[in-house]
Amino acid sequence: MIAILTFLAGASGAVTRFLLDAWTKQRWRSPFPLATVVINVTGSLLLGVLAGLVLFHDQSSMWQTVIGTGFCGGYTTFSTASFETVRLIQQGRRTLALSNAVVSLVLSVGACALGVALARAL
Amino acid sequence: MAWIFAGGVVGTAVRYYIEKLLPHDGASWPWGTFLINLAGAFVLGGLLEGLSRLGDDSGWRLRARLCAGTGFCGAFTTYSTFALEIVLLGRHGYFGTAISYGLLSVVGGVVTAWLGIDIMDRVHRRRTPA
Repeated sequence: MIAILTFLAGASGAVTRFLLDAWTKQRWRSPFPLATVVINVTGSLLLGVLAGLVLFHDQSSMWQTVIGTGFCGGYTTFSTASFETVRLIQQGRRTLALSNAVVSLVLSVGACALGVALARAL
Repeated sequence: MAWIFAGGVVGTAVRYYIEKLLPHDGASWPWGTFLINLAGAFVLGGLLEGLSRLGDDSGWRLRARLCAGTGFCGAFTTYSTFALEIVLLGRHGYFGTAISYGLLSVVGGVVTAWLGIDIMDRVHRRRTPA
């Protein structure tokens, strides 16, 4: 049952990513792939909060599985982030490519750590 | 949208079972997510390059991109679990593992996505001699 809920949550995450990606791309017209960065950072923040609730407040790990592994996992994407970095390199935009890789990594890990800290402070 | 949902169910399911086979304990190298992310980047690179070589982004090619790319590869790979694993490794004092895992994943993802693109490019050229 938890497995089925997780798969459905993951698929909902993928659809949410698609919608947010389309919405952002209409407003942000720059070669820097802002949409994917925003998606990965917000998804990491949410997963950090969920993991923190399980770690510090004895919440059932079922929610971390369904919403964390499912929704956050389906919502965030590593493959698109990697692909967009390669495309930037191929277009000769090396600085943008490097900043995309570094900013995604640093902000996502930072957001996740912040999420864990927030949950701990609750 | 239904194509993305269908691909997303399968991508999440495959990731779920791989993570169950290779669970992360917060201390060692997160092999499950590492392999998932590199494999997914490779497949997405090859898929998007292959589709763009076959024609414009419409009809079955658009559906294939949404289902296998946005849905499957997007949901199969994950940035949030990757970030959480780095945070947990850091919390447990394994800074070396955390930093090398982060850097190797990001560099590895770019290399495998590039490889996927490059292989599709070669396949296409072989099929359509100048």
